Amino acid sequence: MTVLRAAGWSVRVHTRALIVGVVLLLVALAVALVNLTTGDFPIPVADVLRSLAGRGDAGTDFIVYELRLPRVLVTLLVGAALGASGAVFQSLTRNPLGSPDFVGLTTGAATGALIVLLIADGSGAQVGAGAIVGCVVTAVAVYLLAFRRGVQPFRLILMGIGVSALLEALNSYLIYRARLNEAIAAQVWLIGSVNGRGWTEVVIVAVAVVVLVPVVVYFGRDLKMLALGDEMAVLHGVRVERTRAVLALAAVGLSAGATAAAGPIAFVALAAPPLAARLSRSPSAGILPAAAMGAALLCAGDWAAQNALPGNDIPVGVVTAALGGVYLTWLLFRERGARR
Amino acid sequence: MTTDPRLSAHDLTLAYDKRVVAEQLDVRIADGSFTVVVGPNACGKSTLLKALARVLKPQSGAVLLDGQAIASYPSKHVAKQLGMLPQSPIVPGGIVVEELVGRGRFAHQRLLRQWSPEDEAAVAAAMRLTEVSDLADRFVDELSGGQRQRVWLAMALAQQTPILLLDEPTTFLDLSHQFEVLDLCAELHEQGRTIVAVLHDLNHACRYATELIVMKAGEVVAQGSPAEVMTARLVEDVFAMPCRVIDDPETGTPMVVPADRHRRRASRTAEAARA
Ligand SMILES: Nc1ncnc2c1ncn2[C@@H]1O[C@H](COP(=O)(O)OP(=O)(O)OP(=O)(O)O)[C@@H](O)[C@H]1O
Ligand SMILES: [Mg+2]
Repeated sequence: MTVLRAAGWSVRVHTRALIVGVVLLLVALAVALVNLTTGDFPIPVADVLRSLAGRGDAGTDFIVYELRLPRVLVTLLVGAALGASGAVFQSLTRNPLGSPDFVGLTTGAATGALIVLLIADGSGAQVGAGAIVGCVVTAVAVYLLAFRRGVQPFRLILMGIGVSALLEALNSYLIYRARLNEAIAAQVWLIGSVNGRGWTEVVIVAVAVVVLVPVVVYFGRDLKMLALGDEMAVLHGVRVERTRAVLALAAVGLSAGATAAAGPIAFVALAAPPLAARLSRSPSAGILPAAAMGAALLCAGDWAAQNALPGNDIPVGVVTAALGGVYLTWLLFRERGARR
Repeated sequence: MTTDPRLSAHDLTLAYDKRVVAEQLDVRIADGSFTVVVGPNACGKSTLLKALARVLKPQSGAVLLDGQAIASYPSKHVAKQLGMLPQSPIVPGGIVVEELVGRGRFAHQRLLRQWSPEDEAAVAAAMRLTEVSDLADRFVDELSGGQRQRVWLAMALAQQTPILLLDEPTTFLDLSHQFEVLDLCAELHEQGRTIVAVLHDLNHACRYATELIVMKAGEVVAQGSPAEVMTARLVEDVFAMPCRVIDDPETGTPMVVPADRHRRRASRTAEAARA
């Protein structure tokens, strides 16, 4: 902990968390730069930089600004949104499995998107809107179902898992009754991908991040008191129900924005916060380090997705799902080891 | 009775869901008093404290702080006036003593005032007074029951509130630490703070309290100075415990000496015969 003081103001920073956050951000930006150079036409880093500085030639500019930059920005922002959203949910539910993937939000977003894709024949921004609506409606439904004089975190997770299972079934049914080519498009959307994302998607997720991350960081200061239990939080002046509602809504919004832009990308929200926490050696991850970790993870995942199989640009959702599987296995393995 | 004291409760109905714990409960906490609440298990002592600290919302009636409903103030304002040590706080994992005590300063902090010199001084003082300074870097969930109890007390002290509610502050503590905590409360009281503590040991209660509140089944059955209130009759009545009350040879305050086992059995049989 380092304390900075000046003229009656004081700011306390967890030194190690700050360093971890900055390093992760630099890693994310570096990988993002590499991603700008890779693709069907490899472009040297120097040319990419020249183009970004506004002094590139027309051909490079087109590839960088129209084809690759939107994708890279979507990757960075979606990763950050998922990381921040996961950190908030895991703190609120006091449970490492309390991430948007597990409490049914991503499944709900998928249902919304599938309804637009398969029933309303929509595309692009409409699918994004469908995902956002689906996510928010699911969140409200889970909240109401779990409500019994306030919301117990564990009930919330169980309800989320239940609702999620129901929606999975609905999603499968929607795909089953679709025409073949539509079903394939829907299935690809369900994997989660940043391929071919344009400026529309950048704007969707950027708005979510720019508006909601400050909200989450501001109210996130109350999380350390909520971690001591509602009673203790009230005693120290936290407005428990309001804080929880604001944080949950903002986290839902982040998760909805991310899913609208890139589809349901698995495991980033789940894994980024505890990984950031472990690196910063602090029990609960700060929200910003978790966001930086999310961005770095997703950028690295997208790099791997483009380079894993030569000549084949697989969806990043496949990579994060695989990484997530490894992560969960490792987590369970460690738990077993620790208990023995 | 002229004006209300800073903290008082009026016509409270306290309940958890449908389980009503107390009805028509009126309590006045005299300013600057060291009030001790006693009563048998489950009579509603903790429930009363929670209501006074606005952690439990009464189903009807109101708790007044400085003449206004406590719920009508901004929560942080109340948190600067009134603190409480709960009976069994949730023990957080992975957090060290100094950090936990530091969180007791939350009500005094703002976005750009995260750790003022006052915060630092308050935490250091609270840890010194409760003798947990040596534990500063230990994890809270790896402490003994008594060490942990003193850490929670330190956190409540760090809040530096003029009114302090303590729910069984001496549980888990060995004899000397019990008296150290009680002495500490007495010193805080002498410095002008209002202390409300739930205690089970009636002799401790009589030694330290300036005001006793005796509860039974959700009701206040007696309130006043220990010398007025603590009689053999009352103890028998409230705790179903035949006893003698003599003068504490050390302090002159009332001292409860429970009756011999055989005499207690005899009185139980007599009572059964009467019924
Ligand atoms: N969270 C709760 N939910 C439901 N009932 C409760 C709850 N807490 C306490 N009670 C009930 O309310 C009644 C009063 O409990 P309270 O904790 O106030 O007793 P107490 O006087 O503090 O007892 P003790 O000396 O054992 O601490 C008891 O019957 C108890 O079972
Ligand atoms: Mg109690």
